Amino acid sequence: MVNERYDLKKEIETVREDCLKPTRRWARSTRIWIGCLLIVIAWGLYCYIHQLRHGLGVTAMRNYVSWGLYISTFVFFIGISHSGTLVSAILRITKQEWRRPITRSAELLTFVSLLFGGIMPIIDLGRPDRLLHLVIFGRLQSPLMWDIISICTYFVGSSVFLFLPMIPDMALCRDRLTVCDTRFRKFRKWLYTKMAVGWRGTKSQWHRLEKSMTIMTIIIIPVAVSVHTVVSYIFAMTLRPGWNSTVFGPYFVAGALYSGSAGVILGMAAFRKLYHLEKYITPRHFDLMGRIVLALTLIYAYLNLNEYWIPAYKMATAEGHLLTDLFYGSYSIVFWTLQFGTVLLPIIIMAFPKGRSPLMLSITCIIIVAGAWVKRYIIVVPTLLHPFMPIQEVPGDWSSYFPNWVEFSVTAACLAGIFLVITLFSKLFPMMAVWEVEDGLQIEYDKQAAIDIRKQREAEEALANGPETDLGTEPIKPAIIIS
Amino acid sequence: MEKEKGNSVNPTNRRNFLKIGLVAGGTIAVGSLAVTKILSNDKKIESGVKRTVFTQDGKVFTADQTHLHEYEAPPVSNEEARRGIPNKKFVMVIDEAKCDGCKKCTEACQTMHYTESDREWIKVFKMQDAVTTAPYFFPKPCFHCDNPPCTKVCPVNATFKRQDGIVLIDNERCIGCRSCMVACPYSTRFFNWSHPKEQPELAGMAYSPEKSLPRRMGTVEKCDFCPDMIRQGKMPACVSSCPMDAIYFGDQNEDAVTNASGVTVKLSLLLEDNAGYRSLEELGTEPRVYYLPPKNRKYPKPDMNSVDKKKKAGKPVEKEMDMGNMSM
Repeated sequence: MVNERYDLKKEIETVREDCLKPTRRWARSTRIWIGCLLIVIAWGLYCYIHQLRHGLGVTAMRNYVSWGLYISTFVFFIGISHSGTLVSAILRITKQEWRRPITRSAELLTFVSLLFGGIMPIIDLGRPDRLLHLVIFGRLQSPLMWDIISICTYFVGSSVFLFLPMIPDMALCRDRLTVCDTRFRKFRKWLYTKMAVGWRGTKSQWHRLEKSMTIMTIIIIPVAVSVHTVVSYIFAMTLRPGWNSTVFGPYFVAGALYSGSAGVILGMAAFRKLYHLEKYITPRHFDLMGRIVLALTLIYAYLNLNEYWIPAYKMATAEGHLLTDLFYGSYSIVFWTLQFGTVLLPIIIMAFPKGRSPLMLSITCIIIVAGAWVKRYIIVVPTLLHPFMPIQEVPGDWSSYFPNWVEFSVTAACLAGIFLVITLFSKLFPMMAVWEVEDGLQIEYDKQAAIDIRKQREAEEALANGPETDLGTEPIKPAIIIS
Repeated sequence: MEKEKGNSVNPTNRRNFLKIGLVAGGTIAVGSLAVTKILSNDKKIESGVKRTVFTQDGKVFTADQTHLHEYEAPPVSNEEARRGIPNKKFVMVIDEAKCDGCKKCTEACQTMHYTESDREWIKVFKMQDAVTTAPYFFPKPCFHCDNPPCTKVCPVNATFKRQDGIVLIDNERCIGCRSCMVACPYSTRFFNWSHPKEQPELAGMAYSPEKSLPRRMGTVEKCDFCPDMIRQGKMPACVSSCPMDAIYFGDQNEDAVTNASGVTVKLSLLLEDNAGYRSLEELGTEPRVYYLPPKNRKYPKPDMNSVDKKKKAGKPVEKEMDMGNMSM
């Protein structure tokens, strides 16, 4: 029994194999899945080209609702991108050991949702051909410019944050995968060699990696907070009822963290099931992540209260019309479903330990993520339908909005793009940070060893104090440190 | 490129002309820059009608009318269009007591700007602030705010505030993000969602932000206070077309506004005597359009029951209570 616990080498070998296994085989189901995603993307691309040729008039957007599904999705995707920072950086900084198997998928989710989140406003542009005008004539006074700057900064930062801990793993892939029978062997060899950037695992390399990881961890948190704050500013900097709110920055950040961390759990659950990582991503991980999501949902619920209850108490003219429509009017069903079904209900579920079991938590997180998406839509659209000037004698399609097939197709393609990048990534790179998990084992092992040494010492002391006590003939071996 | 085109308008004629301003003529708009040309070697028969004119350097002399030609100002450069007309502060006053909701202003605007019928740069609303207060007609152009929420949010400076108070859009620079539309609390801006309708009259026309024409897909447009008309010494289309003389236009620096009949009044006095106000003053946008309250009307008030009855299919978003949105 003692021997089994101490077989660190074997344990590490299993981790490496378990992590690298999914990258070696492209199962038929994977190929079908990728094929489906490509079809969705191709159709979305066709719809986008249609939109480019005939203008944004092919969407359901009109002069009153001039921002619709695209901008709502943009806010949602950027919100999801907060996951990586939260789980990875905050848990890293607070030295939460259990984070190790889930950091990679969280960071990947940040990277991908940011990539596609950034594309959404470009899709929404009337003149994407003039994108360069943002560089030539860019005005720093515009909230849109703040968005561009902070999203680009966050994108670069999260790419680095994703890439840095991948370096030792890339070296592992480089050294291992090439000797195995894998597809695209040459390509992989080239890719891993390039991405390992000459990693040999020397002491100075480890030192530099750890130092840069610490710096990145500290930098990325304020950057992430700034991103969703300025995303809220494109709304909050206007005079519109419903948006003209001082709580909008923290409200958006809380909403982003709430949906993003739920997104991480969904990623955890998916990879756990698909790549058989049950051994590493345990119910304990779900329980702990569930607690985090619970806390974030409570914060989000609190900000929701502030956002709606304060103006609802006063019912100022323009704001009052919007709130009446949300509370009792055409949006009331959606509004109350969101408040009770996707905020309050998850709080109740997650408050109980059974609600934080892998299955229940995954279901809850699907509700949260879907709810967060619809909530973005409910923030954007009803406000635009309640301008200060009454909507009078306009064509029927101006005074209402529901996304049409073009918008749905293009948005679905972006979602498919997120899935595609995640799938391809997981088929090329290990979805758990192998060295981090190994480190975790090492720490666990050292702890055990320390306990054993203490026990041994106690036993020796006991032996010295009382020669009559017999604790066995052979002393327990001290720990062997594997570098 | 644009500049060259502008300068090449009638180069041969212009060489022979002497630019002079018109002094006579009763209905010159306040703030006009009317300039006429004299044909120095014209062999036409003189009409006998003499007009007194003065040159740009201020010399006054009399000439026969046949020698006088309306001077068509060449399109200004983009730089000039962004700067605006020096020493002017354009202002509009709309008298709700006179407006009978005939929408002639909207029609004239749409004709002048080749606008499709759904886009009303000046739109006549039927307003009622509360169920118990008097309903009134409310023609709403762009307010050309002094603290414009729209130009603030533009990421590329495609919409801008000029020194003469006018807010314009450069549709050659606009990227179509629609931030300005979302930021405008008066719903004044329109987007070219699709290819603009082919207009033979506009073919080959050089673009200038002052004309807002030709329009382009994927860009924003709105009421521009007709700066191209102002440069010719004419009133904006809505002002000169109002049969009720309800719209005044002029220069705040001169403290004078003029209506369609050519009656020029003192701006400050007009606002003081009639308790002029600005729309949604509490938003702090500082509009350049003033309203005179609908006091002592001689015309029927709007029928509020007719509001939204004409609307086509679609979810009725506008409700009776939304009429109260206009708080004063």
